[in-house]
Amino acid sequence: MNQFIKETDTVHAGEGATDSAQTVGQVNPPNVKTGADLLITLLKEAGVEVIFGYPGGAVLPIYDSLYDSSIRHILTRHEQGAIHAAEGYARVTGKTGVVLVTSGPGATNLVTGIADAYMDSTPVVVMTGQVTMESIGRDAFQEADIMGITMPVTKHNYQVRDINDLPQVLADAFYIANSGRPGPVLIDLPKNITAGPATYQPLPQPAARGYKIPTAPAKEQVEAIAQLISGAKKPLLYVGGGIISSGASELLRQFAKQTQIPVVSTLMGLGAYPAGDEQFVGMLGMHGTYAANKAITDCDLLLAFGVRFDDRVTGKLQMFSLHSKKVHVDIDAAEIGKNVQVEVPVVANIKDTLEMLLQHHLHPDTKDWLAQLKAWDNEWPLRYHGTSDDLKPQQVVELLAKHTGGQAIVTTEVGQHQMWAALFYPYSRPRQFVTSGGLGTMGFGFPSALGAQVAEPEKTVICVAGDASFQMNIQELQTVVEQGLPLKIAIINNRFLGMVRQWQQFFYEKRYAESRISSPDFVKVAEAYGALGLRATNPAEAEAIIAQAIAHDGPVIMDFVVKEEENVFPMVPPGKGNHEMTLEWSEE
Amino acid sequence: MDIERTFSILVNDRPGVLTRIAGLFARRGFNISSITVGSAEEAGVSRMTIVSHGDEAMAMQVLTQVGKLVDVLDVIDMSKEKIVKRELALIKVKAESSKRQEISHILDPFRVSVVDVGHSSITVQITGDEEKIDALIGLLRPYGIIEISRTGATALLRSGTEEASDAAV
Ligand SMILES: Cc1ncc(C[n+]2csc(CCOP(=O)(O)OP(=O)(O)O)c2C)c(N)n1
Repeated sequence: MNQFIKETDTVHAGEGATDSAQTVGQVNPPNVKTGADLLITLLKEAGVEVIFGYPGGAVLPIYDSLYDSSIRHILTRHEQGAIHAAEGYARVTGKTGVVLVTSGPGATNLVTGIADAYMDSTPVVVMTGQVTMESIGRDAFQEADIMGITMPVTKHNYQVRDINDLPQVLADAFYIANSGRPGPVLIDLPKNITAGPATYQPLPQPAARGYKIPTAPAKEQVEAIAQLISGAKKPLLYVGGGIISSGASELLRQFAKQTQIPVVSTLMGLGAYPAGDEQFVGMLGMHGTYAANKAITDCDLLLAFGVRFDDRVTGKLQMFSLHSKKVHVDIDAAEIGKNVQVEVPVVANIKDTLEMLLQHHLHPDTKDWLAQLKAWDNEWPLRYHGTSDDLKPQQVVELLAKHTGGQAIVTTEVGQHQMWAALFYPYSRPRQFVTSGGLGTMGFGFPSALGAQVAEPEKTVICVAGDASFQMNIQELQTVVEQGLPLKIAIINNRFLGMVRQWQQFFYEKRYAESRISSPDFVKVAEAYGALGLRATNPAEAEAIIAQAIAHDGPVIMDFVVKEEENVFPMVPPGKGNHEMTLEWSEE
Repeated sequence: MDIERTFSILVNDRPGVLTRIAGLFARRGFNISSITVGSAEEAGVSRMTIVSHGDEAMAMQVLTQVGKLVDVLDVIDMSKEKIVKRELALIKVKAESSKRQEISHILDPFRVSVVDVGHSSITVQITGDEEKIDALIGLLRPYGIIEISRTGATALLRSGTEEASDAAV
C-alpha cells in the first residue's frame, strides 16, 4: 500500500486485485504510452482501488487506459452520485475517495459534492477532463472553467499543462487531500495531455512547497490545559469530526475515563465517543439533547477538541457558554478564534495533544458535575410519544438500531430524519455515522451509502432518508442494483419536506408553502430497478420489514409511512442561546 | 482596533495564485485597498503586498486563512512593524507652455521626474508614500489632471526587523 493513503482500516481482499501483467514480478517499467496510461499507473501506485466516475469526450483517453487496469470503476448514474459515493467511501475508511468525470457538465455536476467535502473535511481527489489546451478560453464544446469554479471549495486545485508535471501533481494532490485537515483536491486534465505521449516515471514523494501541517502542541500549551483541568469543577469535552479524522477516538475515550470528564459531541463527531457510555451526554446544538445544551451553558471549562464552533452548535454567540474558560485544539489555525475567542488556543493534531494530556494523569473532582448532568438527563431525556397505531419516525430509527445491534453504518440525507438518525441511533465507533453536516446537502445520503457499502461490503449499511431527499439522487438505485450492493434504504416518508415544514409551522404561521411533496410508490420503484421494496405503516409492520430487510441479501427500500407533522425536539430557535431550547411545541 | 493593515505574502509563482488570494479576501469579506505583485528575491516566488483594513481578529483570519493556501509560502501583517512602504504614480497634467514654469516649481520639492512632455501636457512620475502622492495630486489638480495611474503600495520590513516579525507569525 502507499504512503499517502491513511490506513485506518483494513483493506479488503478483492478490491486491490492484482494487475496481472503489470505488477507481478515488476522488473520492467509499466507499459506507458500516453498521459492517460501514466495517470492510471500512478493512481495504482498511489493505492487507489476504486474510482467513482462517469465518462465523456474529454476523458476518453483516460477511460481507454482504465479499460485494461485492475482499478475498479463504479459507473454512477449522475456525477453528483459519484462524488457523494466517493465521500461515503472516504468517510467510512479514512482513505481518499477518487472521482473521475468529463469536462464541462461532468465537472460542474460535481460542484455540490466538492463543496460538501470541503465543508466536512472529507478527503477526495477529483479528476476532471478538460478541453485541449489549444481550445481553453475559447468557449469550446464542453469547456467550463472548473479551476475558477472550484477554487473556493477545494483545499487546492491543479491544471496539468505539462505531462512531466503529472507525477508530482498526483503525489501532492493525494498528500494534501488526506493530511492536516483533509479536504477535496481537484486535478483538471486537458485532453491533449492525457491523449499525448508519455513515458513512465514513478510516483515521487510529495513536495508541495508552502503546505504546512501542524503536529504536536508545545509542552507549555499542554501544561496550560492540564492546569485548567486540575482547577475545574465542571469541565466538559466538546468533540467533533476532528477526532475522527485524526483517528483519536480511542485516546479520547481513555482521556475521558482517566479524567472523568463528560463528553458532548457535534453532529460530525458522533461515534467519536461511544454513545452507550455513561459519560456521554449526547449531541449539542440546535437539535442537541437537553442535558448537552445545559452542560455547554453551565460548564466552567470547555475543552473544544477537533471542532469549529459552527453556528448550529453555538446558537447565539453572545450567549454561548458564558461561564467557561475555553481551550480550543484544532489542526486548522484558521478555525482558532474564528467564531469564539478562547483562553488557550492550540494549533495541533488532536491525537498528539491527547497523548500528551494523558501523561498528566489528571483527576479533577467531577462527581457533583456528573450527578448534575444525570439529573438533567432524567429531567428531560430524549423522548417521543409512541402509539401502537401510528408509526413515529423516532421509533423507526430505534427499531433499526435494535435490529442491527447498533452496529450498522448509517448514512443520512438532510432534514428531520437526519436529526432523528443522529439522536436515536447509538453510535459506538468512529466512521459509523456518515452525514452531510456543514453543507446540509439533500441527495448526499443515498450515494454516500453506496460508497460506504463499496468500501465495507460485509457490513450492514443503512441510509436513513427523507421522502424528498431520496428523490434527489434516486437514479443511483440502478448503480446499487448493478453493483449488487446490499445496502438498505429506510425512507422516513412523511409526505413533507419535513424540516422546512417544521420551520414554517413554528416561524411562518403554518403556511406550508411548497413543503408538501408527493412521491412515487417507492415499493414499485424498488421493484422496477430490481431491488426489494417493503412498506410499513405501523410499528408492528415496521419491525417485520426491518427484520426481513436485514436478512435479505440485496438492496432493499423500506418505505416507512410515518405520522405527518412530527417535529424534532429539543430545538434551539435561530438567534437564541442554547439554554433557550424549545422542548415541546404548543400551538397557543 | 480597525486600522490600515499591510500584508506581505510570499507565494509560488503559479497560474491563478493571484485569483486564489484575491478571491479569498473577497469571500471572507476582507476589503482590498490595493494589491501589488511582482517577483521576489527567489526565482519562482512572488511577493504580494495587500493593503487592507480591519481589527486584530480580521488580521488573524487573514494570516491563517491565507497561510492555509497551498501556494502561500509566508504571510505577515506588517501593520505594527517598521516598514518601508512605497507607491509609484504617473500623473498626466495639463501644462500649456505658459504654465510650465509654475508647475515646475510645484514639482521641485517632490523630487519627481518628468517622464513625458507633450504640446499641452506633461507626465510626471512620483514615488513615495500615499500621503506624499496625494499631496502632489492635490496641488496639481487646479491645472487640470488628465489621467492618473497608481501602482498601489509595495512594502518591505526595515532592516533588522525581519526576525522579530517572523516569530510573530
Ligand atoms: C440540496 C438541498 N436543497 C434544499 C435544502 C433545504 N432543506 C433542508 S431539509 C429539507 C427537507 C427535506 O425533506 P425530506 O428529505 O423529506 O426530509 P424530512 O425533513 O422530511 O425528514 C429541505 C428542502 C437542502 N438542505 N439541500
